[in-house]
This record gives sequence, structure tokens and C-alpha cells, in this order.
Amino acid sequence: MSPLLEARDLVRIYQTRRGLLGRPSNVRAVDGVSLKVRRGETLGVVGESGSGKSSLGRMLLGIDTAQGGAVYTNGKAMPVFGSPEWRSLRARIQMIYQDPLAALDRRISVAEQLREPLDIHRIGDSESRMARVHEVMLSVGLRLDQADKFPHELSGGQRQRVVIARALMTEPELLVCDEPVSALDVSIQAQVVNLLADLQHDRGLGMVFISHDLKVVRNLCDRVAVMYLGRIVEEGPADTIFSDPQHPYTQALVSSVPQPGRALKSRIILQGEPPNPGNRPPGCAFHPRCHKAEDICRHTVPETRSAGVECRAACHFAGHASLRELA
Amino acid sequence: MNNLVEIRNLRVAFDGVPVLHGIDLDVAPGEALGLVGESGCGKSVTWLAALGLLPGKASVSGSVYLQGQDLTGAPRQALERVRGKRVAMIFQDPSSALNPVIRVGRQIIEALRLHRGLAGTAAKTEALRLMDLVGIPDARNRFNLYTHEFSGGQAQRLMIAMALAGEPDLLIADEPTTALDATIQAQILDLLITLRHEMSMATVFISHDLAAVAQVCERVCVMYAGKIVEEGPVAQLFDTPRHPYTQGLFDAIPSLSGPRRRLVPIPGTVPDPRHLPTGCAFEPRCARARTFCTQHRPELLPQPEGRQLACAYPVPVAQDAVQPEEEYQ
Ligand SMILES: Nc1ncnc2c1ncn2[C@@H]1O[C@H](COP(=O)(O)OP(=O)(O)OP(=O)(O)O)[C@@H](O)[C@H]1O
Ligand SMILES: Nc1ncnc2c1ncn2[C@@H]1O[C@H](COP(=O)(O)OP(=O)(O)OP(=O)(O)O)[C@@H](O)[C@H]1O
Ligand code: SF4
Ligand SMILES: [Mg+2]
Ligand SMILES: [Mg+2]
Repeated sequence: MSPLLEARDLVRIYQTRRGLLGRPSNVRAVDGVSLKVRRGETLGVVGESGSGKSSLGRMLLGIDTAQGGAVYTNGKAMPVFGSPEWRSLRARIQMIYQDPLAALDRRISVAEQLREPLDIHRIGDSESRMARVHEVMLSVGLRLDQADKFPHELSGGQRQRVVIARALMTEPELLVCDEPVSALDVSIQAQVVNLLADLQHDRGLGMVFISHDLKVVRNLCDRVAVMYLGRIVEEGPADTIFSDPQHPYTQALVSSVPQPGRALKSRIILQGEPPNPGNRPPGCAFHPRCHKAEDICRHTVPETRSAGVECRAACHFAGHASLRELA
Repeated sequence: MNNLVEIRNLRVAFDGVPVLHGIDLDVAPGEALGLVGESGCGKSVTWLAALGLLPGKASVSGSVYLQGQDLTGAPRQALERVRGKRVAMIFQDPSSALNPVIRVGRQIIEALRLHRGLAGTAAKTEALRLMDLVGIPDARNRFNLYTHEFSGGQAQRLMIAMALAGEPDLLIADEPTTALDATIQAQILDLLITLRHEMSMATVFISHDLAAVAQVCERVCVMYAGKIVEEGPVAQLFDTPRHPYTQGLFDAIPSLSGPRRRLVPIPGTVPDPRHLPTGCAFEPRCARARTFCTQHRPELLPQPEGRQLACAYPVPVAQDAVQPEEEYQ
């Protein structure tokens, strides 16, 4: 059976200009990304700011068109943005953004926000729409007396629940979540993450979970893709990525997460600055910051290779015993 | 009295709504103190009030001593001399403290002139030294750039360099890494730790990230709804949190190792300062609460093992994990 979502060699190029008179230059924000999401599976996407995670998310939904490559849902190619086929597909794949206030309409009540997708997609009559609103509210842990509230009358966690509820109204098969819990306190973040885990479990939802919070990703996601400068540099089961990362960037990323009780000294502190996508280093794009780089890294782009069970990594030394010895 | 800072019964209200309910807090010279708690619990307001940085509509009472000198009610000029010189503050968002239309080198030189009376080559040499110290690569050639020509992590470093210009005794870092990538966060935390040791400067580290605080600080204050609810050495609070809120905060941190697990949230949300519960402010969210808690607001009291705690039914100290949970009175 074809996967719920498949992306092949996606490319997204932005034209930017430095200053008013600067010459336009091309930035390859996403540079040949392939991935698969199966039904009921959550794929985490992590990586440095600017590595192309949000751009990738928008292409997966067809909101942004890819300049190269293709997206397939259930084996079928993504219809053209805005076409009737695309709209009906949009009922089945939904996006959740970081900022709930921006995603919600300040002027209308919770119940109206939730009913809107049903109105747009002309699903059911007004009675069944209201019943569905109540059902979904309860399933995300909102109280029915909150139906008449406006977004600003809710707490951050409650607002994010409304955003999730809204995305669930049309019974999607796939959710693309872009930093859905980043703006929340840990205590509230845990409420929302558990909610997403339940939805995935109970409804067999497929999910792409974009986040810079590695601790959340590890506990929620089945597989993880690590992005660096527009490419996936490592991908594999969450447990393996976090316990035995192969790519030096993943190693640094995982070790940089503060953990109470773990000494600071055991971390790999990366040297240098986050990379500039407009000025991609030759060879392995990570080499200027890499603690393991050797000569070959400076001129030869590493191929993505298998690095253990269901793992792949784009590093010249991935999967080699020598790398583990160095670590 | 050998504390650097002593805050006593600090209270703040906005438009008649109290948001800080009597904070008592000491900072010893050279120590690293963490301040944690959910959004809105008063972490920033505590220090903004202490340094006289709140807007005029805020009503502030209580006292703040800096090495014996009372800052509350001090004339504005005296406060301005203290800020930046003896106490420096860095914020989450560097753009709030850096001027986008002045070259960064000039900004640091200006801070050096203001706080240390340096000028000319001496100022420039010192500014370059500070940029090196905070890890700006190629400082000499980047001295004349504007802030937008630096990355977020570098802008944060520049703000730290500005803060260091006055050789402060106390550096208050308010969420200095929240907006940065994990790998850059680690660099900045590292820098703060190194600087603190090199300059023997006390640091107050404000963050919601309990894990980051546990790494950087020796002592932690946990705040909830405008009060300190538990205070003590990092290891003590981490190993045996006694306030149910502290325990809740630790439990909510997802782990990076061991079996994957469902996260443990704290139910509910922080109370609206306009409608605080009459008893313990945490009572509506607390699994240990009893009727007593709905009527009595617990005081922050010293405990035999050295910490301070404000809870009527704290989490028992597990002597032996297999023993049935004992009731505490
Ligand atoms: N509309 C746009 N026009 C020009 N450049 C863009 C645009 N959107 C994104 N970019 C650039 O593309 C690159 C990838 O951006 P993207 O937002 O996808 O990164 P991200 O991984 O989501 O980062 P973050 O973690 O900060 O959200 C960045 O260099 C960004 O500056
Ligand atoms: N200028 C202001 N006017 C009115 N209320 C304010 C102002 N500044 C802060 N408050 C209120 O004071 C309380 C404490 O705010 P404070 O900024 O200290 O929280 P915090 O603990 O720093 O939270 P965060 O983690 O979100 O930074 C909040 O209820 C907040 O809404
Ligand atoms: S290929 Fe080289 S530079 Fe790139 S991550 Fe691997 S070791 Fe580092
Ligand atoms: Mg993004
Ligand atoms: Mg704050």
C-alpha cells in the first residue's frame, strides 16, 4: 500500500535581494528532500533555525509549490494549489501553526471558529455541524461552556486546543504541525503533546511534527528527520536517533539539550555560527562547524547512506566504527 | 550583612491588581541563582521593579538593598548609576537593548564611557577585548557593522558584551537563550558560566527551562502567581522537590533518555491575577490539596534541611521508596 504521504526530491528556492539595489540571488531553502509518512505514524522534523522545516511543511500541504520534486498523498500526485481537487484534499490534510492567536479569528467565538471548516467544505447540515463541534471540543479537552468564548478569553494552552480542534473538524488523515507547542510552558505543553499522541493513537492520524524541542520530539515521534541547510542529514527511528546519533550535527544537537543532572562538560559545543543558506559551504555543508571534519569533507558532498537499521545519514563517516571511536 | 542584594517584601500592582505578593530574596556575591516558573508568575517583574524599570502606572512597595544601599525611593540619577554599572540586565530579545542605527562598536564604547569613563584608544581596545571575550569571531573587522549584520546568537553575545562593559557585580539574564537554536543556546549558556567564573560576578538566570537552570545555577527559586513557593540548592530541589508545583514542573520535562513515556502535565493553568484563589494560589491545580488549602495562604518558611517552602501538605521526603506514602502535617 502506498504511504499516506510521500515527498520525492523536493526543492524550494527563494529569490532574495540584499538591500534595494543588491543583485537578486537564489536561496535553496529546501534542497532535495525525500520522506515518507505512513498511516498512524508521526515523523518529527528537527534542525537549526532556517534549515527549511517550515518551507518543507508548506510544500507538503501544497500551500507552496515545489520548484522541483513532487508530493504524493495515498499514491496520488498533489493537485495544483487552489484547484477544486486541492481544496477537497485540504479537508483531509491540515496544518497547525505555532501561534494560536494568529491562526484564530479574534472576532468570532470558539464554536464559530470550529464550524467554519464544515461550512467551507459543505459537510453536513447545521444540526450535525453543531454536534460535531461539541464532539471535537470534548475530544480535545475543552469544556462546552467555552464554546461561546472568544480567543482572547482563553489561556495559551486552551487556544492551541481550539486550533487543533479546528484542524480535526474535517476528520483529516494527516496533520502537519509547525512548532505547535513552542510558545507554551512545559506544564501546558505536556497537555497538548498528550492530546496529539492520543489523536494519533485513537484515529490513526499520520503526523509531521516540526519542532526545535528535541525532548518533545523524542517522546512523541516514531521517526525523526534532522535537517541542516535544506537537506535531511539523518533520518531514523526516534529511539535510535536520540540514543545513537550517527551524523555529527545530530550528535551536537542531541548533546546540546539541557538535561538536569547531566554535566555541562559532556556536551559537544559547536563552534561557529549558524549557516547562511545563501552561501552554502562546498563539500559537506556542515564541515565548518563539524568537530569531526577531515579533508574529504571540505570538497566532497557526502552521500546519504544507510547507517544502521532503518537509519540513513549524510556523512562520510556515518556508520563507520571509526566515528564511534572518535565520539 | 554580606549579601550583594537583599529584596524584602517587594510588592507590585498594576492598575490596582497585585501581581507580586511580597518577595523576599537574597543574592550572595558571585553566586548563580535561578528563577523559574510558568509564564506570568512574576519573574521579570521582580527584577524590573528592583531596578526601577517598571512603567509609572506600576505601584511598587518594599525594599531592595544593594550592598546596604536602599534602591527603593532612590533618586532616578542614583538608580541610573547602579543600572548598567553595578547591576546589568540582558533580555530575551537583543533588539530591545541594541540600537539598530548605531554601529555595534560605538554602542559598546558608549557603554564604556558611561560606566567606566573610558575614551579614545583605551575604550576601543577594551571594546574589542569584550567582543573577543563573548566570542564574536573577527571582532576587529566587525566592529563597525550594524546589529542586523549579526546572527541572533551573535546579537545576544553583543548584548552580553554591553552588559559586561560596566564590570557589574550582578548580571541578570532574563530568558537569554529562549529565542535561540539548541546548539546556539548551549554556546550562550556556556559563555555565561565561563564569564561568571572569570569575572566573579553574581548571576541571576531567569528561565522557564528548569533543565537549563539546573545546569547553570547553584540555587533556585520557584515562583508561582507572584510568590516564591520553594527555594533551595539545585540538587536538593531536583532530587526531592517538596512543593507540588516544583515537582509538577520537573515531572513535566520530557526526558531525553530511558523509555519513551507519556508526558506528565500540570492540570489547569496559572490563575488570573485579578481572580486569585483565596487560599493557596496553586490549590486548584494541586493533587495534594485539602480543604485547608482553599482557605489558608501558606507562608514561605525555612525548613530544617535548608530550603524554604510554602505549602501545607508538601510532598513527603521519600526515605524509602517502597514504604507507603506517609501523610505530612
Ligand atoms: N518567503 C520567503 N522569502 C525568502 N526567503 C525565505 C522565505 N521563507 C523562508 N525563507 C528562507 O528560507 C530558509 C528556510 O526558512 P524556513 O522558514 O523554512 O526555516 P525553518 O527551518 O522553518 O526555521 P525556523 O526554525 O526559524 O522556523 C531561511 O533561510 C529563510 O530565510
Ligand atoms: N507593564 C505591565 N502592565 C500590566 N501588567 C503587567 C505588566 N508587566 C507585567 N504585567 C503582569 O505582571 C504579571 C507578572 O509578569 P512577568 O512579566 O513578571 O511574568 P514572567 O514570570 O516574567 O513571565 P514570562 O515567563 O512570560 O516572561 C503578569 O500577570 C503580567 O501580565
Ligand atoms: S561529512 Fe564530515 S563535515 Fe560533514 S558531518 Fe560528517 S564528519 Fe562532519
Ligand atoms: Mg519554521
Ligand atoms: Mg518574563
